[in-house]
Amino acid sequence: MKWPYDNKVGVKTTIKCDVVVLGGGLSGCFAAIAARKKGLSVAIVEKGAIEKSGAAGTGFDHWESACTNPCSKVTPEEIAYAYVDEQDHFSNGIFHYITCREGYDRLLDLEKMGGKIRDTDREFDGARFKDQGTDLMFAYDYENKFTLRVWGTTFKPALLKEMKRLGVQIYDHVEATALLTTTKNGKKIGSGAIGMNVRTGEMLIFEAKSTVLAMSRPARVWLFNADTPGLCEFRPFQSIGSGHAMGWRSGVEFTMMEKSVRAEFSAAGRSFPPYGTGNNHNTWYAATMVDARGVEIPYVDRDGKELTDYYDRYYPAKGQKYFLKGGVIDDPKYEYRGPETLDFKTLIERGYQLPFYADLSKMPELERKVIWGMMVGQEAKTSVPIYQNYNDRGFDPTTHKLQSYGTGWQSASFLDQERQFFGAPGGIMHDWDLKTNIDGIYACGDQLFASDCAGAACATGHYAGRKAAEYASNVEYVSYDVSLIENEEKRLYAPLYKENGIHWKELNMAIAKCMQNYCGGIKCDALLKEGLDLLETYERDIVPNLSCSNPHDLMRTHEVLDILTVSKLVIHACLARKCSNTSLCFERSDYAEKNPAWNKKHIVIHQEDGVVKTRDVELDYFGDLKQEYESRNKEYIKEVNNEN
Amino acid sequence: MKTKEFTVNQIPSSTMPIHYNEELCVGCNRCVDVCQCDILFPNEEKGKTPLVMYPGECYYCGACVMVCPNKGAITLQHPLMNQAKFVEIK
Ligand SMILES: Cc1cc2nc3c(=O)[nH]c(=O)nc-3n(C[C@H](O)[C@H](O)[C@H](O)COP(=O)(O)OP(=O)(O)OC[C@H]3O[C@@H](n4cnc5c(N)ncnc54)[C@H](O)[C@@H]3O)c2cc1C
Ligand code: SF4
Ligand code: SF4
Repeated sequence: MKWPYDNKVGVKTTIKCDVVVLGGGLSGCFAAIAARKKGLSVAIVEKGAIEKSGAAGTGFDHWESACTNPCSKVTPEEIAYAYVDEQDHFSNGIFHYITCREGYDRLLDLEKMGGKIRDTDREFDGARFKDQGTDLMFAYDYENKFTLRVWGTTFKPALLKEMKRLGVQIYDHVEATALLTTTKNGKKIGSGAIGMNVRTGEMLIFEAKSTVLAMSRPARVWLFNADTPGLCEFRPFQSIGSGHAMGWRSGVEFTMMEKSVRAEFSAAGRSFPPYGTGNNHNTWYAATMVDARGVEIPYVDRDGKELTDYYDRYYPAKGQKYFLKGGVIDDPKYEYRGPETLDFKTLIERGYQLPFYADLSKMPELERKVIWGMMVGQEAKTSVPIYQNYNDRGFDPTTHKLQSYGTGWQSASFLDQERQFFGAPGGIMHDWDLKTNIDGIYACGDQLFASDCAGAACATGHYAGRKAAEYASNVEYVSYDVSLIENEEKRLYAPLYKENGIHWKELNMAIAKCMQNYCGGIKCDALLKEGLDLLETYERDIVPNLSCSNPHDLMRTHEVLDILTVSKLVIHACLARKCSNTSLCFERSDYAEKNPAWNKKHIVIHQEDGVVKTRDVELDYFGDLKQEYESRNKEYIKEVNNEN
Repeated sequence: MKTKEFTVNQIPSSTMPIHYNEELCVGCNRCVDVCQCDILFPNEEKGKTPLVMYPGECYYCGACVMVCPNKGAITLQHPLMNQAKFVEIK
């Protein structure tokens, strides 16, 4: 078929703005709104369409760490430090504190924009998880009330409407491909970005005083399936870490990129659709689980004591103030561990029989209804593919039980070399302004190191947008090296002109296999170096032979070029850490030491003209969270106090 | 830069995530424009049902169905292997 869109290859358009935001997910939208509200001109660049793009494009159901909501019994300091401790300090204190401190403010913003954050329809009156005074609804820890149940399907459309109202310039269907930088007095400064319209092939040059990176984290590095590539990973198919790749090419610093976990979730043939099988995690917490005979699987407290009352599932243990559950909490330390069903091994020993099921019929009515119909429905990828489709197939939670696969929410198991960036992986290193090592370049959301979750994306997005705007208000435009544009143009469009070359899928497949073989579960220098060498041969011999026939395939080809760059970054980061480190799920066979004290540090990595450089940074470089935050955000604190 | 004629052909996959009902679809292309993976394409004939050009690239998010103004015009189906089982409680 003829290409249905205009052909604008060769057309170059320049857009001048104060702040350019790359990525239109939750964090990018909030960054754009915050910067625009400071009175600056703002452009936002999104590869898909903002209305429903990003990990939370079709919704989300939990808003974590809303410590300042009126019902919360925990402080931002308590929860932020708890995360840092839970993650053995290989954690992002700044990120957590901003989330705990400002998250609820963003939720109120969303409500003003038209998002639904409370039970205004009074569907859940009388439920234990609902506060009747505010109509707010809580999840997990009903005592401390710092995780909210929200109507996440309403948020992206509300953010889009707000950006339009404020006059943010919106560039949908444009992939950002490179950063623009300038060197002034020996120092690198950001000066905007380059993008390509994925339908027309038009090249766009964004000249900006500050740039915000909001393109989430890498994917498809170890996991690829050429038949159903859209199902390779948990996160959206088009989010593959372009932000990391362009950052690396421009000299941006990263940390913790050596961290990857044995894959937990990939739908490509193995995992079932997320939230679509019987389980009692996350969206489905705390569903009643039964075994093949219909016998209920007991919940236990952190000491292994069986819980007798149904509602004990939602309360801390005796002597425990609060517990942590949610996006990045897999197997928490004793101090933060909440109620959980008896572990799989013990269940089998005690004669429980597979398959297990989630049996919502055995739960109090409002607890059942909040899972099936609110959480399943508002969570991403559930409204149509799970809630609507299962209902159409005849599923009724009062008369049916939903089967569980494998041993938990993952619904499939993986080999050690099949890895993934999951559970607060590495990312961009930043300071208290969420600024990278390059002046004028900021980052937010899942692009930051050790980050995760929707509320956090909103909070850090707003924060980065604010800081990027403050910076842009105080500087002049800087020119950039025009050779950057010429080189990028050559790099971007070359595959269109190669006849009968190699398809992007073949290269993605080869990279994934290379990473599984050379950068899998157990690492050592010799193996990693062989892997790097293989990736470099791909770069030299295969990349010039990639070919494609339209801008869509060209975008996919660019993605694989970025995956190649990210893979190299990962191997460099692995080479830099010369010991095993359990907190980073990082295992070495050539350095015997495990978790030595001298290795409890960030190894921050960047490259300059092809030379990889590292520096060590203290894990707790963020300092005293409250004090450091308050000294830098006086104006914001005043604004919030005035509004209240 | 040389100009090049672009083409697009359906890339086969073992799965077909999206089905259109041509009777109900008015060809407004809302689904086409909202898909973050950009796998749906407008029909060459204006007002006609869009085409699923890259079925394998579907992320199964359901955004296209959520924005469609005509219920039933577009449906999303998980691959057969990924249809989870549920049974009657005895
Ligand atoms: C199925 C699912 C359910 C989840 N449920 C919850 C939940 O209930 N609670 C919770 O707290 N968290 C949840 N999360 C996590 C949460 O959604 C994310 O942490 C959060 O949305 C991240 O926001 P972000 O802005 O950093 O990234 P995203 O929202 O993913 O946005 C990144 C954006 O960048 C765009 N992009 C990528 N590359 C480029 C490029 N080169 N140029 C331009 N644009 C680009 C992408 O298209 C995307 O729109 C869930 C995630 C998934 C996948
Ligand atoms: S949104 Fe609905 S009516 Fe419009 S083109 Fe798509 S399927 Fe047809
Ligand atoms: S389900 Fe999502 S990815 Fe698939 S066609 Fe619809 S909008 Fe696109």
